[in-house]
Amino acid sequence: MTKYIPTIGIECHVQLSTKTKLFSEVDNDARDKEPNSCVSPVDYALPGMLPRLNGEAIKYAILAGKAMNCKINAYSRFDRKHYFYPDSPKGYQITQFYHPIIGEGYVELPSGTKIRIEHAHLEGDAAKLTHFESYSLVDFNRVDTPLIEIVSMPDIHSAEDAHDYCRELWRLMCYAGVTNGDLYNGNMRFDVNTSVAPEGAEKLGTRTEVKNLNSFKSVERAVTYEIDRQSKLLDKGEEVIQETRGWSDATGKTTGQRSKEEAKDYRYMPEPDLPPINLAEDYIEEESAKLPLMPMNYREKFGKVLNTDILEILLDYPVLMQKLNEINAEHVVAVANLFASVLLAEEKSAEYLNGLPSAKNLNVLIEMNKNKELSSTATKEVFLRLFDPQMKSRDTKAIAKELGLIQENDLGTLEAIVDTVLAKPETQKAQDDYRAGEEKVIGFLVGQVMKESHGKANPSSVQEILRKKLA
Amino acid sequence: MKIADKNISAEKMVREALDKAKKYSGYNIFTFLNEENAIKKAREIDEKIARGEEVGRLAGVPYALKDNFLSPDGQTTASAHILEGFVSPVTATAVKKLEDEGAIMIGRTNMDAFAHGSSTENSYYGPTSNAHDCERVAGGSSGGSAVAVALGIVEFATGTDTGGSIRQPASFNGVYGLKPTYGTISRYGVVAMASSTDCIGFFTKTPDDMDLLMEVTSGQDPKDMTTLPDYYNNTKGMPTEGAKIGVIKDFDNNSVHPGIRKALAQKVELLKSKGHEIVELTMPVLKYALAAYYIIVPAEIASNLSRYDGVRYGFRAKGSEDLDALYKNTRSEGFMPENKRRIMIGNFVLSSGFYDAYFLKAAKARTLIVQEYEKAFERCDYILSPVTPNPAFKLGEKTDDPVDMYLGDIMTVPLNLAGIPGLTVPAGKTESGLAIGLQLVGPRRSDKNLIRFSKELQDE
Repeated sequence: MTKYIPTIGIECHVQLSTKTKLFSEVDNDARDKEPNSCVSPVDYALPGMLPRLNGEAIKYAILAGKAMNCKINAYSRFDRKHYFYPDSPKGYQITQFYHPIIGEGYVELPSGTKIRIEHAHLEGDAAKLTHFESYSLVDFNRVDTPLIEIVSMPDIHSAEDAHDYCRELWRLMCYAGVTNGDLYNGNMRFDVNTSVAPEGAEKLGTRTEVKNLNSFKSVERAVTYEIDRQSKLLDKGEEVIQETRGWSDATGKTTGQRSKEEAKDYRYMPEPDLPPINLAEDYIEEESAKLPLMPMNYREKFGKVLNTDILEILLDYPVLMQKLNEINAEHVVAVANLFASVLLAEEKSAEYLNGLPSAKNLNVLIEMNKNKELSSTATKEVFLRLFDPQMKSRDTKAIAKELGLIQENDLGTLEAIVDTVLAKPETQKAQDDYRAGEEKVIGFLVGQVMKESHGKANPSSVQEILRKKLA
Repeated sequence: MKIADKNISAEKMVREALDKAKKYSGYNIFTFLNEENAIKKAREIDEKIARGEEVGRLAGVPYALKDNFLSPDGQTTASAHILEGFVSPVTATAVKKLEDEGAIMIGRTNMDAFAHGSSTENSYYGPTSNAHDCERVAGGSSGGSAVAVALGIVEFATGTDTGGSIRQPASFNGVYGLKPTYGTISRYGVVAMASSTDCIGFFTKTPDDMDLLMEVTSGQDPKDMTTLPDYYNNTKGMPTEGAKIGVIKDFDNNSVHPGIRKALAQKVELLKSKGHEIVELTMPVLKYALAAYYIIVPAEIASNLSRYDGVRYGFRAKGSEDLDALYKNTRSEGFMPENKRRIMIGNFVLSSGFYDAYFLKAAKARTLIVQEYEKAFERCDYILSPVTPNPAFKLGEKTDDPVDMYLGDIMTVPLNLAGIPGLTVPAGKTESGLAIGLQLVGPRRSDKNLIRFSKELQDE
């Protein structure tokens, strides 16, 4: 059987989390709001309404571009892309067809593979349609939410890399702080172009496009399916048809929708209502400098001390990485482990991520553990309490104390407790048995001491004292 | 113009205007009369005057509003069927500025639907008659506004000029009509025709009235990103003595009506007698203006009219079975033939494979036209030319020949492509009594001086 090399290019739409929409002063955050409650006369495309460009979207585009190592174009411009559909109130989408704001760049995957970015442009989102049996309803809240569309070069050659590229893009956009990054609610959507060609072939195969995927897993599955489907077609001597295909998570299959031959003519035209954007080099530099640390920076910083699996898990949470960056170097591993194994395992972890404890509290926590003031169980318990909104204003020591979790390490005190226990008649038999060589009864005696100390004694110190006394 | 004060009440002025509007109803000037609201507003102003409070610079002045300006008073239809029933929740910036100064809109004026036309015959509400000859066209697209001022119904009227739609009807009816520099007055709230050439302007009886209206309405508007930074009210006055006036040789030929050529020659002599210098200009590039205009403008029209789909407001065709039918029926029934013609041309020149050959080429021609004017204004301060080759034509005379209709725009459209101001100045009548206007043209941002200089064209 012939070996086929897949070639994949991905277009990704990112909804920007600007305060207002791209072309009007209406609230851009329509989460939990009534349909058609965030709509201005401009969004609704009343006659005579004109777009007003939101400067914040320009700043976000600069950050997004820089996050992908892209050139920011000093000159960019908007164009109209025409089509009739009720999700497009103006009858055209305002986009950047000829002169995008973001130029060439690349995204580096965790594996080190570089995927080149062709360009990325600003545009307005469409309205949302809900279809019923005999009618459809339109919600214009989403109209002209700013989007950037990121177009990759066809540099991806496996479903895994397609998955990793999308995940890395998502991370970059979240770290840059330009999107809420909520995939479930469509904050990022992926259109995947896949083709296969026999190994060594000079020309790429015919591609298909799977539109509107909104999870990395769907991207990976859809690409896997397409590679397999196209390879089988070629094996049978059949042809791949250039078309848009829809993906179903339920069936795990893509199905043909419409072929490119009947593709619409969008009749692009320069947007005459918006003057071109001219960015001064100083301005681009000033805004670029606001880019926070990116996943690559964290990999460089923590790659040597942290386990790769843990690091890659934590990299999905920019706030955790930012926090880790504030932690004392000697405590980073311990805090990272707590984040990965305790925090993220919690049911309420999503809620907890909204309010992380101070670096100081976390540093103290790890110190107390290292000083044996807290047992490992107690450390985990106090750690979680640090996320409790009611506890947050207090420091780690006070919380540990209130919970009665601080271990008794003072040898004098411990000795006194041991003496009390050894004086009790019910421990006499165990003492005799130990002296007679029954090693394991030491456990019973430690337990008695722990009980007497209300659990605060450090068990290993207790054992040491017992052995000395019973020798 | 007359402003309401202790001696003359706003209500009296408004009632007189409304009475005249009704008296001239046969001209088909208005698509809506704002009786109730206009009188209410007039009374409010009179009460202010009675209380001794300050009133605006246009207090109680009745005016007519072209039907493509959005305001909650009456339906805003742009005289198009497809906007029937649309009452705007929004007020256009220009309207707001006028009304903040106390001007009172007494009615909306008839126009070619969506301002597509040069005769007001393309209105869904039928044509408007010329102020001086009922058998002839009012000109267009702002025909209703021009006739309303010419017949003395109102002190002034608003207009929009995309290719001559103020200057040409002003000329056909014998009033002043200004197309300002592109971006001088906000387009916010004015039904768009072609975004890159649309200009808001006025019809008045005098240059001073025009100047006052410009002072009130010009200026940068955050709602229209194509507006220029305020310049009108800070214009440095140019001396009106010893000006250099350009006359375009290319426009002086037999295809121009003898009455118009004579009027131009007379004004040239008048200017000379007042000590101004006449400079002969050849501007060969201007002959490409009409072709470029009828590519760029229809492209923008096709785009701007895409929003009229029957989904959200205005007219929706009944009995459509599916979405495609809804679009087709609504747009087929809702647009006038001229609208459809321009939509088709526009979509054609923008279609994939034709964009470079038409739209891009026209855009390049436009740049050449801009440069042609820049060169001309190195040699002169203003240019004086006819507005149209011919005076008002007969109703129905050109409706079957759209290209002949377009050719009448040959002297007005170059200014829109170049973004420069042009003022129609009344210049007498033809032998048969038809109004003649001449066009005074200046460089970008020269509007205030242009208006001032136009007084030099008045006979002593």
